[in-house]
Amino acid sequence: MSVFWHSALRRPKFGRDQQELALLYLACLAFSLLLAMLLIHLSGSSWTRAVNALVDGAFQNPGRWGETLRRTAPLLVVATGSVVATRAGIINIGQEGQLLIGAMGGAFILTLVQPGSPLMLLLGLAVGGTAGAAWAGIAGALWYWRRVPIVLSTLLLVYLSSQIAAYTLTRGELLLNVVPGEPNRLLLSAKVAPESRLGIVQIFGNRFPLSVPVALATALVFGWVLARTTWGFRLKALGLNPRTAQRAGIPGVRYGMSAILVSGATAGLAGSMMLAGGESQYKFSSGFASNVGWDGLLVALVARNSPLVAIPVALVFAALRSGSTFLSVAGIEAVLVDVVRGLLVVALFIPPAISELRRKRRAAAQLTERT
Amino acid sequence: MNNFIFDVLTDGPLYESTFRLAAILAFAAAGEWVAERAGTINISIEAMLLGGHFGAAIAFTASQNFGVAIVVGGLAGMAIAALQAWLSHFLTADQFGIGLTLNILLLGLAAFLQPSFDLNTRLAGVLSIPLLSQIPLVGPALFGQRWPMYLIYGLVPLSWWLVARTNWGLEVRAVGEDPQSADVSGIHVNARRRQAILYAGLLSGIGGAVYLFGQVGRFESSNIGGKGIIAIAAVIFGGWTLRGAVAGCLLFGYVDALRLNLPTILGYSLNSQLLASLPFLATVIVMMLFAKLTRQPVALARPFVRGLK
Repeated sequence: MSVFWHSALRRPKFGRDQQELALLYLACLAFSLLLAMLLIHLSGSSWTRAVNALVDGAFQNPGRWGETLRRTAPLLVVATGSVVATRAGIINIGQEGQLLIGAMGGAFILTLVQPGSPLMLLLGLAVGGTAGAAWAGIAGALWYWRRVPIVLSTLLLVYLSSQIAAYTLTRGELLLNVVPGEPNRLLLSAKVAPESRLGIVQIFGNRFPLSVPVALATALVFGWVLARTTWGFRLKALGLNPRTAQRAGIPGVRYGMSAILVSGATAGLAGSMMLAGGESQYKFSSGFASNVGWDGLLVALVARNSPLVAIPVALVFAALRSGSTFLSVAGIEAVLVDVVRGLLVVALFIPPAISELRRKRRAAAQLTERT
Repeated sequence: MNNFIFDVLTDGPLYESTFRLAAILAFAAAGEWVAERAGTINISIEAMLLGGHFGAAIAFTASQNFGVAIVVGGLAGMAIAALQAWLSHFLTADQFGIGLTLNILLLGLAAFLQPSFDLNTRLAGVLSIPLLSQIPLVGPALFGQRWPMYLIYGLVPLSWWLVARTNWGLEVRAVGEDPQSADVSGIHVNARRRQAILYAGLLSGIGGAVYLFGQVGRFESSNIGGKGIIAIAAVIFGGWTLRGAVAGCLLFGYVDALRLNLPTILGYSLNSQLLASLPFLATVIVMMLFAKLTRQPVALARPFVRGLK
């Protein structure tokens, strides 16, 4: 734990601030869940059924926690990359697009090279990561070359990327899988070659792809790298105060660029791992990203930029996603999950902000007392 | 090719469609422009549009009165703006995270709650302004619309006047350029930013309502789908001036109208992915070319905390 001294767990003893924060978290979570229950009740369904369906779908039914783990992997990888960028003071909000471009890049190797091989799998993942990094790199280059704010360019590039992905699926010579004798209304790519798929781990009837251990390792490694290496230290210095970092001899452009490339590469890797791990039946489509990039960014924000805290947060987000499939079976609109997730995120944003505000006020009061 | 250009330029319905699509963008863009001049970026403009759209649909179902429904739409937009403002500029949570979350939340909420309301809405009546609507080509587009659309003619100048000619607007601009100095000279930085966001919410909410009564007539939670983001792109495209933002709205509205109308009305087809991505592509290119020339609000997207730089 002490490795992550800069995170929320920085102060060793459970002091007044921490007690207050814990209470605030509890209160906000309780309030948001209460609000969600009220909404379900008002819409005419029973909230116990909704909760049961969510728990069944996420963990309890046979094979479901494997599904939840499968969905955790990309969220965690994306979140880890976001943490790296934020640590360097770079606000990258384009993970959704970087993930899609990464999956698209991976699809060019994974679905087109038939028959595949484990080597092709590695190549596909590498191409996916590189494509994601290049897509994020555009935003980085525009910032360091033309001073275009990264926030704005990454946001705009998301919407550009979905059109590019859609375009590759309109052409047979690109990714579209042309089935002779059938109208191509579905706009899907071919399936990933069976030999190029990620291995499936099977435990107690639960199946999840190897992307899960990879994601876990990514989070742990970057947690260590950020806390314990020169690179991580310099990124942090850059993020806290770029001017001071420059005075201390840290090349801002090189380190800033490396951070944004890493965050793009992780998003791209997440996308290509989703494809190789069986998302949407191993086929690439223009809606492939399905908000995983946005969610990953939210995971990083909720985890307050600690890769370690991101692990449980990603699990909760993934549980909501895999639980949602059971909601519609129980006769409840599956979009309920979006509402719950939104309320949950807002609830998780509030406590640290309030606690910070109160800490500052106390400090200011002390200051006026002394003078 | 010449024929194609002639056909596109003389097609009346294309202009009408352009104006309708541009107007909805302009409501949101005028609001977002004020908010960005105060130094905030609200991705939640999308949620505010949808909130206005949904609120107006509910209010119209209950009251069968367009005026009431538009007011309620504006208030619904403001309510979402209040949430965004309070979270991001009182509690200083991450403004993009909040905006993103509100977008997801509102989209889910609208889709989830829609079946519980028996929504019953319709289009408002067409109000053709005599003489002006007789102008060939652009006349019907500009002056032959359903009456709620004409609100845009009042709200854009109002936004300009507020920012450029009032004390409040001066303070808003000061807060967006140099919050530390503004703070020292006695301006409540975060309060001004919150007010600017509320104004953006009001305009977007009205925009969402007008979109319902002036263009689509029936509520669908997917109606807004990305219009807020295009409005933000228009503000950036216009280099943070209002006339530039309006020009951006018209351009993006025209492109969108082309995408929708080319195949059906004119029988031509252009790559629809290219047309759909044009607003974003154009904005990125404009930023790349002019980022160093246009005066972006210096403190844009930078949260203000007293004593920190």
